[in-house]
Amino acid sequence: MTDISSRVAKQGAFVRSELLPMAPPPRFSVGTFGWMRRHLLSSPLNAILTLLGAYAIWIVAKGLIEWAFVDAVWRGADRNACLASVASHPVGACWAFVHAKLGQFIYGLYPASEIWRVNLCYVIGSVGLVGLMVPSIPFKAANLVFMLCLYPLLVLILLSGGHFFAMSPGAWAKFGLSLVLILAVLGFLAWWTKLFDPGRLFKLWACVAAGLAILLSLLQTDWGLMPVRTDLWGGLTVTLVIAATAIVLSLPIGILLALGRRSRMPIVRTLSVLFIEFKRGVPLITILFMASVMLPLFLPEGVNLDKLLRCLIFIAFFWAAYMAEVVRGGLQALNRGQYEGGHALGFGYWQLMRLIILPQALRIVIPGITNTIVALFKDTSLVTIVGLFDLLGIVQASFADPNWITPATWATGYAFAAMVFWVFCFAMSRYSVFMERRLNMHNK
Amino acid sequence: MPPKAEVVPRPDATPSPADDPDADMSKNVTIEMVKVNKWFGNFHALRDIDLTVYEGERIVICGPSGSGKSTALRCINRLEEHQTGRVVVDGIELTNDLKKIDEIRREVGMVFQQFNLFPHLTVLENCTLAPIWVRKMPRKQAEDVAMGHLERVKIPEQAHKYPGQISGGQQQRVAIARALCMNPRVMLFDEPTSALDPEMIKEVLDVMVDLAERGMTMICVTHEMAFARQVADRVIFMDEGQIIEQNEPETFFESPQNDRTKEFLSKILSH
Repeated sequence: MTDISSRVAKQGAFVRSELLPMAPPPRFSVGTFGWMRRHLLSSPLNAILTLLGAYAIWIVAKGLIEWAFVDAVWRGADRNACLASVASHPVGACWAFVHAKLGQFIYGLYPASEIWRVNLCYVIGSVGLVGLMVPSIPFKAANLVFMLCLYPLLVLILLSGGHFFAMSPGAWAKFGLSLVLILAVLGFLAWWTKLFDPGRLFKLWACVAAGLAILLSLLQTDWGLMPVRTDLWGGLTVTLVIAATAIVLSLPIGILLALGRRSRMPIVRTLSVLFIEFKRGVPLITILFMASVMLPLFLPEGVNLDKLLRCLIFIAFFWAAYMAEVVRGGLQALNRGQYEGGHALGFGYWQLMRLIILPQALRIVIPGITNTIVALFKDTSLVTIVGLFDLLGIVQASFADPNWITPATWATGYAFAAMVFWVFCFAMSRYSVFMERRLNMHNK
Repeated sequence: MPPKAEVVPRPDATPSPADDPDADMSKNVTIEMVKVNKWFGNFHALRDIDLTVYEGERIVICGPSGSGKSTALRCINRLEEHQTGRVVVDGIELTNDLKKIDEIRREVGMVFQQFNLFPHLTVLENCTLAPIWVRKMPRKQAEDVAMGHLERVKIPEQAHKYPGQISGGQQQRVAIARALCMNPRVMLFDEPTSALDPEMIKEVLDVMVDLAERGMTMICVTHEMAFARQVADRVIFMDEGQIIEQNEPETFFESPQNDRTKEFLSKILSH
């Protein structure tokens, strides 16, 4: 205390008469040099670690570059090209093998004359996806409806050939009658419980009925396409079909499960918890075995669900359980005030969720959702064990081709599969970072 | 179709000191709480709350923290559920009927201590969301109404910013505008200035005074005693979950009757 008062006495009171202008920072602290000083060489130990790290990177990178580029064989008609004795140098990667098998890796055993159908799916899907993902492209709503409702149907018909069954007029009559009966029951419930408005119920049901009728007639139309059984599908196509279906289904189901788990209604909550915990508690491989081996035992005789379809459904539900827990994390991160603010304005439950709670909760958990989607994408390769050939499965199967048995084949095939998976996963990861930045503008 | 909301007649004997039958018979009852009790677990949070609020009345509720004043306020739009007694708002009794609860919430605006704005929406979107989705108002009209209220709270220029980009006082004014956009019959204020920096309290109180002068029915839980003196028709003092004293502001502040009231007032008015 005496210090301060004596200092004031010594230096006198101080009043600044001119403000100091901004000065540039010291030269050593900015630019590349400043960055290196701070991050790589900040102490003798760090300098040594930097050098060791650089050496380790050099060793790995050198080996990789030699294997993948310098010693690699790029062209060749069969295994001879990739033999060290023939090439007269040590052989690294045998890219000629990948080149020769590329068609199989993408399309599986799909008949060569029909491959245009797969390509058409790829083209339409890519265009639609780009339209959805680039923010400045218009018609988002229409595109979303197309990609979620029409495109899956299109892919189903194009890939399989359509013409799944034919309904007799009697079957149509039964179908119509059951629609009317269900409407009558629902209408009675609406009138009895007064929980929902019969007018809206009727409109909703009319839409559902019309959708079902259109779907049924599309599925039994003969489009003149050659039927291709799903066991001929394979490679990247199957990987993408499974991943896309699982992503598109697991997110909405997961959201519903997360809401159900936080519901005040005991039955809804218990069912959600049971579903989530059961699906999460069982390995995906077990679930796939159940889908492919056990489920047919439970189905009534004559009903034969396609194996791929069974796996699709089970994989989607499996990942929905994971999504549910991710989304629940987001819901719990929100302040109770958000619910109260919404309630006080008169929002009902679904409006509150759709307009206020979920938009915020989902933004918070974008990293978690991306994590789940990436894991899901990679785990599609587990379908190999029930006899479906995804990208990894078809690559492994191609090792058996005697035309291409060389010491380099295995490593090359796995490296190729890894690269393809990595490209997709990395792209998803980057896009999620972009979305996160874009959607969190309000926090900046 | 939902059954038509029943208009509950005013009971003959409402045990409320401000209930002067000669003066108030012409006025409409907006809110009526009769013997309202609420428990949190075993804790008796509200004890026999009786309160009648007439159209156009401005009421200030004060009391020490934990006295149940916020809980009482939140029972009016069912953010808290009361266990016994009756709460009637605008002629509709609050029961478990979700439709009626939503109907009441549409007519009762609420302003919170922590603002509770929606951070992912702009100021304007915060104000138009409920009119568009709850009142089914066309977007253009909702935006016009919202801009009108934002001008009234003097921040039309912030309409396209996000809540996180404006000051606390501005956020609270947006929250008031957001509630006004629903054209409510009553406004509830739950300690609207308690979370604000001192220099921002006045801008929010100014808006509230303006609102009171325009005849809005208001119930404010607040510690701003100058505000209470200026606009309140009645001041209510609560402690331990019950109404201890209520009176006109002049009498309430100058000659409080109950010892608890005197003690409370001496604590908050001494500085």
